[in-house]
Amino acid sequence: MTAAAERTQHSSTEDVLAVAREQVLDRGTGLSQEQVLAVLELADDRLEDLLALAHEVRMRWCGPEVEVEGIISLKTGGCPEDCHFCSQSGRFPTPVRSAWLDIPGLVEAARQTAATGATEFCIVAAVRGPDARLLSQVRDGVKAIRESGNDIQIACSLGMLTQEQVDELVAMGVHRYNHNLETARSHFPNVVTTHSWEERWDTLRMVRAAGMEVCSGGILGMGETTEQRAEFAAQLAELEPDEVPMNFLIPQPGTPYEHYEPVEGREALKLVAAFRLAMPRTMLRFAGGRELTLGDLGAEQGMLGGINAIIVGNYLTNLGRPAQRDLDMLADLKMPIKALADSL
Amino acid sequence: MYCVHCGRPDAEGDHSGCRGVRAALEPPRFCAECARRMVVQVTPVGWSARCSRHGEITSAEPTSVV
Repeated sequence: MTAAAERTQHSSTEDVLAVAREQVLDRGTGLSQEQVLAVLELADDRLEDLLALAHEVRMRWCGPEVEVEGIISLKTGGCPEDCHFCSQSGRFPTPVRSAWLDIPGLVEAARQTAATGATEFCIVAAVRGPDARLLSQVRDGVKAIRESGNDIQIACSLGMLTQEQVDELVAMGVHRYNHNLETARSHFPNVVTTHSWEERWDTLRMVRAAGMEVCSGGILGMGETTEQRAEFAAQLAELEPDEVPMNFLIPQPGTPYEHYEPVEGREALKLVAAFRLAMPRTMLRFAGGRELTLGDLGAEQGMLGGINAIIVGNYLTNLGRPAQRDLDMLADLKMPIKALADSL
Repeated sequence: MYCVHCGRPDAEGDHSGCRGVRAALEPPRFCAECARRMVVQVTPVGWSARCSRHGEITSAEPTSVV
């Protein structure tokens, strides 16, 4: 009997959703890697039950509020790394050209984000790690945003950090740092060869130790196996991040993943619910690719299947759906947007 | 005129990949006038794209040249 067949037999005699109800919903203990795999291998006719349970878990352990965030690319393109999914790598023949956003542009983007009701604004740069020029730009930008009267929470995503850079970001008032592990440790060398999964992990550990909130997730649909998806969920759970952004691959022209098929909608929803059951208390955010993978209806199902945070508006190089459409969706679902006062 | 997504002449070749759902998530990358790659900045609510020869277009005025 194959391992998958054994798991299927096991889960039919001891239903993984029944186990999850007691373990995750009642006790708040996330599913293990093996249990997540059993969830991901559930038949499609169990999807509705799975999503309903994940929603209950989210409501029980996180509450009804949804954190809304906007993101901006401060430095676009020309990245020396070879992340195979990324149109901003300078190593692939993509149509993305390098660009720097100036300070007035950054302040305006923060204003636009706050105007949506978002409480979180993430400044992102396509780099291996920040140099002195980039950190200086971030420092000036954060100062200018504050001087404009905007008190939105500021997060950064600037690649791998040294301890000195971590301390500098804390001193600037950056409260959360994003650095995605991107995929399972066992799959990472197939996705990135210019740095290691462990280097990313080390940055996240420094961020946590310095008192910043840790934001780390990844991209599903990069050729990983179902087993590696379960591995990834377990590794994220071990990190105990404050936030996990879930992206679904948008195949970017010119990248090695240009011709990959987007994740199928039901599969994506199953992943959302499984990640929620692995991390009952973590903020789970819908990020890039949901428009392509799930469309409007699927996004609603995801919000009712474990998601409790969302990026509104556009992404770094791709466009999202209009922010107002997501805000209307949250209103229709009677999900209150987290207020800034609750974040401070 | 050139395709803003792939930079090839509008009237030549297969542009099916430039008109699907996937392309709707992409701002213009190539100048429609000369096919140069543009410098594109995406913001939370819009985008701007600048051609070194033909100037800037924005999501507010996607066809005008500033």
